Amino acid sequence: MTSAATAREIRDAVASRRATAVGVCRAALDRIAAANLPLHAFHSVDADRALARAAWLDDQPPAGRAAPLLGVPVALKDNICTAGAPTTAGSRLLASYVPPYDATVVRRLADAGAVIVGKTICDEFAMGSSTEHSAFGPARNPWALDRTPGGSSGGSAAAVAAGLVPLALGSDTGGSIRQPAALCGVVGLKPTYGLVSRYGLIAFASSLDQIGPLARSVADAAVLLQVIAGHDPADATTSAAALPDYTAALTGRIAGLRVGVPRHLLDAGVDADVLASFTRALETLRDLGAVVVDVELPHARLAIPVYHLIATAEASSNLARYDGVRYGWRAEADTVGEMYGRTRGRGFGAEVKRRIMLGTYVLSAGYCEAYYVKAQQVRTLIRRDYDRALDVVDLVAMPTSPTAAFPLGERTADPLKMYLADVFTVTANLAGLPGISVNAGLSDARLPIGLQLIGRAFDEATVLRAADAYERQTAWAAERPPHTW
Amino acid sequence: MTTFDRGDVERLAHLARLELSEGERATFARQLAAILAFAEQVAAVDTEGVPPTSQLSPAAGPLRDDAPAPSLARDDVLRQASGADRAAGLFTVPRVLGS
Repeated sequence: MTSAATAREIRDAVASRRATAVGVCRAALDRIAAANLPLHAFHSVDADRALARAAWLDDQPPAGRAAPLLGVPVALKDNICTAGAPTTAGSRLLASYVPPYDATVVRRLADAGAVIVGKTICDEFAMGSSTEHSAFGPARNPWALDRTPGGSSGGSAAAVAAGLVPLALGSDTGGSIRQPAALCGVVGLKPTYGLVSRYGLIAFASSLDQIGPLARSVADAAVLLQVIAGHDPADATTSAAALPDYTAALTGRIAGLRVGVPRHLLDAGVDADVLASFTRALETLRDLGAVVVDVELPHARLAIPVYHLIATAEASSNLARYDGVRYGWRAEADTVGEMYGRTRGRGFGAEVKRRIMLGTYVLSAGYCEAYYVKAQQVRTLIRRDYDRALDVVDLVAMPTSPTAAFPLGERTADPLKMYLADVFTVTANLAGLPGISVNAGLSDARLPIGLQLIGRAFDEATVLRAADAYERQTAWAAERPPHTW
Repeated sequence: MTTFDRGDVERLAHLARLELSEGERATFARQLAAILAFAEQVAAVDTEGVPPTSQLSPAAGPLRDDAPAPSLARDDVLRQASGADRAAGLFTVPRVLGS
């Protein structure tokens, strides 16, 4: 199978024995090996394990060949735990951590016949928008190797865009699936909070984190979402509601669908290329019969500060577990107190320490009401804005990122500048809503530009249907980067 | 504007159990002040009577049965520790009490 094959094509070929899972896996591993120096999408690859798994699948009798991802190579962001295979979360502190258990999504992928080929580069503990905060070096963008693929799930997006694998999983706390999908020209979906189990996802901010798919088409993303979604007794936040058939939802018909545009968010700091693509995307949706209207999200401008107050507070609590005692690297010291401080001080990178410090501050006595509780109250106002908007429209449309991929090194010295680029993505996390990014054009420099569609809670079917209809109507999804393998 | 002096950074670093270098303390003092100044926009919002959102699980299912189930094997867990006495089934750490 070629690097351009879709997950569904691979699955059908393996199921009908026109291809073997081993052959597909070997080709993917060869592409990954050839790409790893220039692209650096993967942090670790376990070729023997992947090939053994593929061979086992090839030996299954016909009854075992109905699985929805039979023989499909899948990459995992390196913050998703895999039993017996290293899981680092991009941190030096977990450089040699080998989880004793699988994440729920990993078990579901195995049940679906997928072949996990390796773990992709991400910002440390998923804190970043460029993969430059990975302890193991940044991934690169296949559209321009001197630029970021975005982050934090940048390795997953780069791997899919470059044709190394048809599917990957990422995690999205403030845009970490959608922004790299936009910057690499692929599809990235952040599901509704509570749709996909986070059991085995290394926690960053627990009221915001979601795992979701990256793919080269909406149809492939729908197949992967179907596999990973659903109630899990090991994650009490997951919904027990029955799941719709996401592939059946892709009818191509969106006539009468109401799409809201928060124009008041588009006035500052958005590149002209991005605005032009967005305007054309709205025209395409209109051509398809959608009704495009303006909506107001009056508190959305506050989303970045609210996000950083809440996410850092939760992170400072979640990351308290990395003390050198039960897992991870430990610094030598004479007393246990010194051991904690030195392990954390030397094990964490600068961005993680910065966020732990901020989170500790906003939770500390005397400041908690003014910062943390206040941010939670404004979060309620942001949710109400969406409730009101989604009463009158089915989807809210925005650009995914205010710019196309930026050069590596451009923003690392200015954390605030890096944070501000999340302006269009963080609101969906704060409100717990599903959001998708699909490719909606190329900049003058031939860099991808993403269109984001945000829907009602647990209405991924409508989000996917609109994104698929848009994708079919335009040629953008067929654009491939100059660097593929 | 929020100011952050060296003492504030040292107090926070102690609370967070982070041993920082001299350079990190200076850099974080400057960066945290800038980030907090930016975050202070939320202070101006009227939130009278607005309940805080701390969790979003409106559709969360019923709690699972409180039934015993196998957990991870002790040895598999201890193998991940930098200090462990696996025969005794213990994590080991440097001295906790005394000087």
